[in-house]
Amino acid sequence: MTRYFTKDHEWIEVDGDTGTVGITDYAQGQLGDITFVELPAEGASVGKGDAVSVVDSVKAASDVYSPVSGTVDQANAALADEPELVNSDAEKGGWLFRLTLTDPAELDGLMDEAAYKAFVEAL
Amino acid sequence: MRYLPLTADDRAAMLGIIGATSVDDLFVDVPAEARLSGPIVGLPLHANELAVERHMTRLASQNLSAGSAPFFLGAGAYRHHIPASVDHLIQRGEFLTAYTPYQPEIAQGTLQVLFEFQTQVARLLGTDIANASMYDGSTACWEAILMAGRITRKSRAVLSGGLHPHYAQVVKTMARFTGDTIDARLPELSAEADDAAVIAAIDADTSCVVVQYPDILGRIPDLAAIAAAAQAKGALLIAVVTEPVALGLIEAPGNLGADIVVGEGQSLGVGLQFGGPYLGLFGCREKFVRQMPGRLCGQTVDAEGKRGFVLTLSTREQHIRREKATSNICTNSGLCALAFSIHMTLLGGEGLARLAKVNHARAQAMVARLAKVPGVSCLNTTYFNEVTLLLPQDAREVVRVLADRGVLGGVSLGRLYPGVEGLANGLLVTATETVTDEDIETFATELAGVLA
Amino acid sequence: MSAANAAGWRPTMGDTTPQGENFTTKSGDYGLMLEEPLSFEIGGREKCGVDLDDPQGAPVAGLPLRKAAPDLPGLTEPETVRHYTRLSRQNYAIDLGPFPLGSCTMKHNPRLNEKVSRLPGFADVHPLQPQSSVQGALGVINELAHWLIALTGMHGVAMTPKAGAHGELCGLLCIKAAIEARGEQRGVILVPESAHGTNPATAAFAGFKVESIPANAAGRVDLEALKARLGPDIAGIMITNPNTCGLFEPDMKAISDAVHAIGGYVYCDGANFNAIVGKVRPGDLGIDAMHINLHKTFSTPHGGGGPGSGPVVLSEALSPYGPLPFTAKTADGVIHLVEEENAQAFDHSQGFGRMSAFHGQMGMFTRALTYILSHGADGLQQVAEDAVLNANYVLRSLEDVLQAPFAESGPCMHEALFSDRGFADGFSTQDVAKGLIDEGFHPMTVYFPLVVHGAMLVEPTETESKSGLDRFIASLRSLAERAKAGDRSLHSAPHFAPRRRLDETLAARKPILVWKGEPGPAGLPSPSEIGDR
Repeated sequence: MTRYFTKDHEWIEVDGDTGTVGITDYAQGQLGDITFVELPAEGASVGKGDAVSVVDSVKAASDVYSPVSGTVDQANAALADEPELVNSDAEKGGWLFRLTLTDPAELDGLMDEAAYKAFVEAL
Repeated sequence: MRYLPLTADDRAAMLGIIGATSVDDLFVDVPAEARLSGPIVGLPLHANELAVERHMTRLASQNLSAGSAPFFLGAGAYRHHIPASVDHLIQRGEFLTAYTPYQPEIAQGTLQVLFEFQTQVARLLGTDIANASMYDGSTACWEAILMAGRITRKSRAVLSGGLHPHYAQVVKTMARFTGDTIDARLPELSAEADDAAVIAAIDADTSCVVVQYPDILGRIPDLAAIAAAAQAKGALLIAVVTEPVALGLIEAPGNLGADIVVGEGQSLGVGLQFGGPYLGLFGCREKFVRQMPGRLCGQTVDAEGKRGFVLTLSTREQHIRREKATSNICTNSGLCALAFSIHMTLLGGEGLARLAKVNHARAQAMVARLAKVPGVSCLNTTYFNEVTLLLPQDAREVVRVLADRGVLGGVSLGRLYPGVEGLANGLLVTATETVTDEDIETFATELAGVLA
Repeated sequence: MSAANAAGWRPTMGDTTPQGENFTTKSGDYGLMLEEPLSFEIGGREKCGVDLDDPQGAPVAGLPLRKAAPDLPGLTEPETVRHYTRLSRQNYAIDLGPFPLGSCTMKHNPRLNEKVSRLPGFADVHPLQPQSSVQGALGVINELAHWLIALTGMHGVAMTPKAGAHGELCGLLCIKAAIEARGEQRGVILVPESAHGTNPATAAFAGFKVESIPANAAGRVDLEALKARLGPDIAGIMITNPNTCGLFEPDMKAISDAVHAIGGYVYCDGANFNAIVGKVRPGDLGIDAMHINLHKTFSTPHGGGGPGSGPVVLSEALSPYGPLPFTAKTADGVIHLVEEENAQAFDHSQGFGRMSAFHGQMGMFTRALTYILSHGADGLQQVAEDAVLNANYVLRSLEDVLQAPFAESGPCMHEALFSDRGFADGFSTQDVAKGLIDEGFHPMTVYFPLVVHGAMLVEPTETESKSGLDRFIASLRSLAERAKAGDRSLHSAPHFAPRRRLDETLAARKPILVWKGEPGPAGLPSPSEIGDR
């Protein structure tokens, strides 16, 4: 399993042709208390860079962009009752959705963990 | 000037601290060629309170006010008696001169009123939840259609012919710019509402059906049947209530299966006011809350654990969501919501039910008397406080002549549907609790005279 | 207090007793700080504040009768008056003190306006009465329209929009209709990054694509960047002038000329017209459409969030596309309501349609016209001058303790903009705002515009006296000093308001939007404990 990061602060963990997507711990810290997560419909096809999900805090609604193209297999149902999981466990239990990648080559343009760390530090 | 507290000495002292020699120095960014050197020519100069009041009173006196004549108009705006305490309370400066409650610690008065208002509206409409109000019934109606589109991801709305024509025009105007398809129809002069035609028009692409209850001609459509037909095809039923007092007598639309219920709240507390400001009511199922337009007030607790209220779910709103907002509506109709809520509190549910019975009984008395005028018949078999009369001639001219004789005798269908041949002889008449037996007798006599 | 107080200890707000407990009263009220339950908690089904007959006749057959009356408890008149009066005391209001919300324009609401709007000839007339019976009401609309056109130097005005954002929509629909009438496709509206959030929202609602244009270091639209983006796909620009930084756009005419040169239109957000009314006419700056918030510039009351009113003045180019209905006076002195049926007769067949039922916010029109007539052309000019003078006085009185990002570039207009730079670590604009509540003031607009860090936007308006401003300035100065010094008591402010900071996260995560009969959270006395008042 390999984890990749985007400049928009999403992470994607890839296992074969399946990817699990969430927002980074840094991103949740910037957003503050998450109050609601709008998730993509299961079965939807999404393109790389599409705004597929929305994360609401009290004062802001932030789009989440899909790091790669694919078909949404599953959305994290636990977030309906517990959106705060994105705050407490952003990079694990607070995942947003799983998708089947249609073009794994798109991963090449993403950052690895070290590169993302450096990217955040430079902000 | 009586509204400007700065004295000449103040102005001079303040300019000194700012470091400017004259107030014009503060307008340096306005290009000199566009800056006005003196008051705009041709406009009057300031006037004292007495002079302004005299001018405005003269304009007011050129209107025939509803209270000074036998009055029978409705068609989306209804005249009810407003208890004196309503206007007294809304004029308390703490309500009248407060802003949108963005600092909840010092706006609990407004916020608690909105929470109470939302609860009252939801219970009245029979919906799970309601928002803190919209501009008016017509804009609330269009917002409901947009919301149905977001929920169903379809964009064809079916409008009943019984929908207020101004509401239908607003919908058609806005749909032209959003690309929604609107399947609208005109009302027909039949005793039955057009339920069958509406149901037949629902197809797989339909996002919603919009049905007014009671409808523009005063008839009562069968909402339960329409709701079932709509929901069977994946469409939502939007019920529109322009006379909320009716819901003291007839079943609430939400209890009959409507998914979204919108309405005009002007009947309670607000008054006629020549058409505005009015009060858009908006209620829906709880599961649609995040697709709902308009401001919402919610309950929470403060740092000491005390119950308090805040504006909430504001991320749907345009000042935050910008180009992704759920609606165009930014302001609500706060002061009108307050007036509605106070009037509703004075009445209570039982009082509203009694008020509705009084209205219906007045309308029955009106119908009985007017139907005896030679040549006049009543279209409706069912109605609340408003019916459609059929006259032997163009009703529009009749209304004008009646007004000249000091009777405000309803709204002609020709005014609402100009140029629609089959409707010209129709006359909408309403009787609320404000109508006396003497008013009805005068109306009947004058109507007979005009038709003779 | 659970124990006797033999020592004669005297409580102060938020104090602890000699026994170490928080001081509380039995009622939950503290002198004139009054708690109030929900109306549902004190009302009853058998209570009613309106005396009504109970007619005995049967309703007509075939009605879907309600099975039971709506489940809403009532209150008698004395209880109702007390409920709402007690609630009203939990509100701050312009009648109590300055309300310096930048871009919201909270100024004194003259009471003559209220009196006039309640004359039966205005308050008790139906919108669909025969026009011969409402010539005075139509006259108000017509006279106000005349003033708005004259004050802005424009060609026409659409009176029906119900608030500012509705006015924005009206203006953009006019632009869209005009472009369609030319047989063109232009899909992009440019919006400066400092714009009110409603601007991009409205443009998107009207079906346009929104593109942002940057500001320059002086807080104004970057003219060169704008010119570089102009082209045949541009429908127009939405610009706020004076802008949301409280600054006039000195290049306004050049911006208009450039947009017109490529066939676009200029929409001006007139939320801040109060700063320039009588000093400059937007029509002279090349504006094609501008809404005027009557509740801001012409002081109709905000009422805790509306109703507003947003007439839109239009240039000659856009006037033919304005919405119905509107008023027109003919040579015989008769004022006509121009609606769908007679639009052609009044040469208005290209109008884009109807935006709302009836004829606009009449109750706001009577108030605004009364305000305008009271001030007159000379007084309105003084309004703008005093509003700008007051704002500059605040700016220069505080710029030594609060960073003012654009103070170097010259005077501000009607509002002074500060940032939170220089505050101690962990201190922000929010702390100063909540501290102002303890000082007895309503906070300024905070965190807007977005282009300034921790923005504080102060709009005093012309109806504040110098001594009132001096008190406000002294309080804000002291708060700025406390935020710089790291006074941690600010974090828990307000201490002296009807409520402490409220949990907005809880409200949004688990929305409770209607009362479902649950008792209030622990700590709130139940109605039975409060007892009979």
